[in-house]
Amino acid sequence: MSSTKAVRRAALKAAFPHTLPILTGYLFLGASYGILSSLAYRFPWYFPALASVCVYAGSMQFVSLELLAGPFLPLHALMMTLMVNARHLFYGLTMLDKYKPLRHRKGYLIFGLTDETFSLNVTLEPPMDVDRNWFMYYITLLDQCYWVTGATLGGIFGSLIHLEVKGLEFVMTALLLVIFLENWMKETRHTSSLLGLGLTALSLALFGPANNLFIIPAMAAIIAALALLRRPLEGGEAQ
Amino acid sequence: MTLAQQLVTIAMVALGTVLTRFLPFWLFPAGKPTPPFIRYLGRMLPPAALGLLVIYCVKDVPFVAGQWHGLPELASMALVTALHLWRKNMFLSIAAGTACYMLLVQFVFV
Repeated sequence: MSSTKAVRRAALKAAFPHTLPILTGYLFLGASYGILSSLAYRFPWYFPALASVCVYAGSMQFVSLELLAGPFLPLHALMMTLMVNARHLFYGLTMLDKYKPLRHRKGYLIFGLTDETFSLNVTLEPPMDVDRNWFMYYITLLDQCYWVTGATLGGIFGSLIHLEVKGLEFVMTALLLVIFLENWMKETRHTSSLLGLGLTALSLALFGPANNLFIIPAMAAIIAALALLRRPLEGGEAQ
Repeated sequence: MTLAQQLVTIAMVALGTVLTRFLPFWLFPAGKPTPPFIRYLGRMLPPAALGLLVIYCVKDVPFVAGQWHGLPELASMALVTALHLWRKNMFLSIAAGTACYMLLVQFVFV
């Protein structure tokens, strides 16, 4: 029993320094989410903490504030989540071989596979004498702790102060724009990014913003366009 | 929305999140090759989904009918883009863009 404890402690020690960049990032973004939730959307202070424990999907949690403020459309909420989080399918596919053989807390490792945790666990190699399973587990757990802490502090802070916050909701636009730009700078071809912007804008112009009706046609058009363009896009990738 | 409706909505978001994270492990056991079209979508969908989200954020901005035609939004987004391409600092870009937007809508475009 004590040997397991020692193994876990060694893994936690080895994992912690790697998570420091995520610590600052998640505290900041989690706090922004918490403040937005309680200050602009008037949810109770504990709501951001609860959502961050149960849902734990950064950008989708921002989007879900907007969904909760709108009309009751459960299937739409599900579709929206599937589309927004579709990239996690790709993370899962990438981690199949790494996570499949794990024996401890595998379900939690898959549950906590956010963008940032993925970026660490896909690239990091633990030191020789550290258990890989527990190492990746603590990376995942520490990251979620940072996010929950940020969201909780933000939720409490937002419910205590009474500031003029007109325009604070722009933090979500800025965040998603920054994530889009990060990806833009990394990719060699912008076809998919531009399809996402263009087809969604077109759908919004056609259907209008009411009840988010434009989202589903936009998703369908994106998938159809990607299927049609598969040959040229994959040809370009192979070159 | 009532509290029950909000809980259902949250449950849907949780379900969607869990589905996207666990589905690959259920569908494609280790050692079996993943269908090429799925791998292709896995690579190509993420950037498009990010583009969709950017548009989603500005869905309620009155570009045509409003008094300012979305000028505060466009100006703040331009600032975020310029700052981020220049300094590549996530906090700086987000904080400066949000502060700029709050100033614009509270004091300039009132």
